[in-house]
Amino acid sequence: MGASQTRAEHQYQDLADKTGFSFEQIKNLYQRFQQLSGNEETISRANLNSIPALANNPIRKQIIGAFFDKRNQHQDEVGSCDQIGFEQFLMVMSHFRPPNLRTTDEEKEAMRKEKLRFLFNMHDSDNDGTITLAEYRKVVEELLSKSGEIGQETAKAIADAAMLEVASINVPNMGPEEFYEGITFEHFEEILKGLEMESRMHIRFLDVDTSTMRCGKSQS
Amino acid sequence: AYKCAFLRCAPRPLLVLSSSSSSSDLKNEQQPSKHLNNMAELRPARCWRTGFFFCVWLLLFLSVASGIRDVVSGSNETSGGPAGDTPEDPHHQTNSTTHKKAFPVLSFNYQEVRKPFVISLWILLALLMKLGFHIIPNISNVVPESCLLIGVGLLVGGIIKAIGEEAPVLDTKLFFHYLLPPIILDAGYFLPIRAFMENMGTILVFAVVGTLWNVFFIGGMIFAVCQIEGVQLAGVDLLSCLLFGSIVSAVDPVAVLAVFEEIHINELLHILVFGESLLNDAVTVVLYHLFEEFSHAGTVTVLDGVLGVVCFFVVSLGGVMVGAIYGLLGAFTSRFTTHTRVIEPLFVFLYSYMAYLSAEVFHLSGIMSLIACGVMMRPYVEANVSHKSYTTIKYFLKMWSSVSETLIFIFLGVSTVAGPHAWNWTFVISTVILCLVSRVLGVIGLTCIINKFRIVKLTKKDQFIVAYGGLRGAIAFSLGFLLTDNERKNMFLTAIITVIFFTVFVQGMTIRPLVELLAVKKKKESKPSINEEIHTQFLGHLLTGIEDICGHYGHHHWKDKLNRFNKAYLKKWLIAGERSTEPQLISFYNKMEMKQAMMLVESGSAAKLPSILSSVSMQNIQQRGSDNRRAIPSISKSREQEIRKILRSNLQKTRQRLRSYSRHDLMIDPFEDNVSEVRFRKQRMSHYLTVPANRQETPSVRKVCFEPEHQVFTYDNSESPRGPRARADPGPLDAISLVSESQGPNQSREQRAKVPEEQEELDQLKLSRCLSDPGPNQEEDLS
Repeated sequence: MGASQTRAEHQYQDLADKTGFSFEQIKNLYQRFQQLSGNEETISRANLNSIPALANNPIRKQIIGAFFDKRNQHQDEVGSCDQIGFEQFLMVMSHFRPPNLRTTDEEKEAMRKEKLRFLFNMHDSDNDGTITLAEYRKVVEELLSKSGEIGQETAKAIADAAMLEVASINVPNMGPEEFYEGITFEHFEEILKGLEMESRMHIRFLDVDTSTMRCGKSQS
Repeated sequence: AYKCAFLRCAPRPLLVLSSSSSSSDLKNEQQPSKHLNNMAELRPARCWRTGFFFCVWLLLFLSVASGIRDVVSGSNETSGGPAGDTPEDPHHQTNSTTHKKAFPVLSFNYQEVRKPFVISLWILLALLMKLGFHIIPNISNVVPESCLLIGVGLLVGGIIKAIGEEAPVLDTKLFFHYLLPPIILDAGYFLPIRAFMENMGTILVFAVVGTLWNVFFIGGMIFAVCQIEGVQLAGVDLLSCLLFGSIVSAVDPVAVLAVFEEIHINELLHILVFGESLLNDAVTVVLYHLFEEFSHAGTVTVLDGVLGVVCFFVVSLGGVMVGAIYGLLGAFTSRFTTHTRVIEPLFVFLYSYMAYLSAEVFHLSGIMSLIACGVMMRPYVEANVSHKSYTTIKYFLKMWSSVSETLIFIFLGVSTVAGPHAWNWTFVISTVILCLVSRVLGVIGLTCIINKFRIVKLTKKDQFIVAYGGLRGAIAFSLGFLLTDNERKNMFLTAIITVIFFTVFVQGMTIRPLVELLAVKKKKESKPSINEEIHTQFLGHLLTGIEDICGHYGHHHWKDKLNRFNKAYLKKWLIAGERSTEPQLISFYNKMEMKQAMMLVESGSAAKLPSILSSVSMQNIQQRGSDNRRAIPSISKSREQEIRKILRSNLQKTRQRLRSYSRHDLMIDPFEDNVSEVRFRKQRMSHYLTVPANRQETPSVRKVCFEPEHQVFTYDNSESPRGPRARADPGPLDAISLVSESQGPNQSREQRAKVPEEQEELDQLKLSRCLSDPGPNQEEDLS
């Protein structure tokens, strides 16, 4: 009993160091993980797909895909896996932690980069380091997919406008012959710097300072 | 400094709360550099002239002041009035007994029109004053406008008193029924919802708990002060003190708006202080009535206290509900106004005003009702009304609120001079000090608690600005005026006026240098960016999804649910036509395009040389070759004819480097024609893309094209002959490309053909002439 306790704590300590969560939060998330996986060691896409609340989400596939994307594990691997363990689950969740009063400016900057990277990975499905026009079009299409029959043309138009905007901000003096390959990570950062990602992209209960709320017990 | 002063001359929006796009719209309407030089030259001459005008206006003020008192301060005139008026009616005199008078060619009958005449003159002179302030360049940088207006009021009041007339006072009914609603409606209608909702918790805590703290602290301490021996204040009992506290402790939205608007502080702080000033109305109303009842009754029981709390909830929630109902009604009405566009703005104004008055009937919070109405109505009304009505609503609201604000401050000044005062050094000084102290303590204390629950914590600088921005204003004065007449009322009024003056003058004037000194974050001038909008939506869905995965019913979950409810039910009922199913991204996109187009149209007539923003255009991002061989659906014959006609006529213009738009290029302004505008709006997928003017002050000339949705053309770039021949642009992916001066014959590629949207309306809706993108041979495609 004592041994397993310390082993669990040891494990938690490891995870806490890596992801920055507190023990309480890790415990919460572990319970949720158990629930999702049906008490297995790993969860697969099917487990996540079966969450009923996600059915209405237009970018469900991308979200689920992000969990299985190796690039989000910060271990310089690419590709995707089929099953993820609790550690990977936590790693992905750690992208959604908010900054607190003690976070310095450099840490905030690093946080922002990390979150933007996460978003970038979600868009850049073929992992070539740029978001091409086709990929961006797909993003917009998915966003609009739950909104009825909008059709491809609008999505295309919007995506093109967006791309044009990125290009004109980052490379304003392009000659007519040049071709803008796609949105690189730096350009991505540039266009989204107004959004203050480090404070926008977070889930409230994952904040270490606020009173931790428990993971709800959903019906799935 | 010049630029600041000049920028204010233009009809600026009253509130920074209005979306940044609107303020940037108005800023862009000005032509900066040239005119500034003119202004500089005219300045000395203008100074003298302005001084002269001031004197003239003051004299006029005096002459109407004697008339105004009949209008404003009472109805004792009405009894004496008619009796004196009837003889002055020469037209109906049929006094045939006396000898016939010569027919009056010119007669003077001032009495009949005196009331509206005087009111109009008063308003006119107030506005001329306001105008005057901005002509004198440097004053408006240092002194906020509210101070200047109060100063003018003081001056006028002083002169009136000096000549022995009785000066008019700020009538409470006039204030609450006519002067206050436009300002609040303007604020509520243009409230930035997202910022407001995100900080709702903080705002509520400041508004409710903060105001309660202020009331009890000030009331209690004043009572303690009154108990001190030797200040002749022994007659003031606790309930009166609490009543006084409830009047003087509420942050005033009018004053906050007037001052904060000029310092352009960042959105968070603005919404905190402003939101607090709006929401504390409920608390103020309840406490005021509560204490007034109690001070008549004399004793307070626990039951009364409990009832007071219940009353608070009733007042605030009831007010919000009344406002929401009227808002929904207004939205519903606007659904049917497609054929009567002219009266659309009136619906907005009237429903809102009715909401305010209905709430006042039940002693609910009128301000909260008005805000709720505006907030509720706005998304649906904006989707339904025509563009012109939208502009009308915007400008009328700004206009009315500007007038109201001006009048309020001038009257405040005049009433100060006019009103009976009872100055008591101890009372007044201690009131001012206590107001400051309680505000600071309240903000600091509450922030400690609030920061535990906030993600973006409030720093010390933020706290300072929030505390310092707690200005008192005319609402406090009017409430004080409503008190029953007794010997203490005058003392209270004097104290209230002193507090108001102190906050408006001292705090209002010093807040700007303090903001500079503390390097508080200023408002970001951000242009709407389609990328940001896409990602905001994306983030919303992402976070909702993550919350669902965690099984946590948080912020985003409920927001998502609300959005879906909105889409499923409300939008269907409240938005006319097909726009009800339009997703937000598309509305945003359309709005952006519309704005760009408007700017384009407006800048076209200025005949300015276009400045090159970016030479990026569609072909820079289009993929070469590969998969663009798509089926090209056929278009109807008549459209094909039209396209050819345009192209042929355009052929002449291809060689000209169209450097700017001239009026000749715009055949019929599409925004003039009502009918065509409807159709323009119906364009679900307006296909023109923009390159937003990012770091540029002058709007550059862009060419706009749009295409109907059902015309899907694609073309293959690789095939494009780079000849100068004009070709139709069939692509749905038309880009607005900027005319680049440095480019040579390739210019033609960047100009695209206009394709009219409807066959019958072809001639009417041409917005620009562009030339085609090189595409495959048009004739081949169209056949």
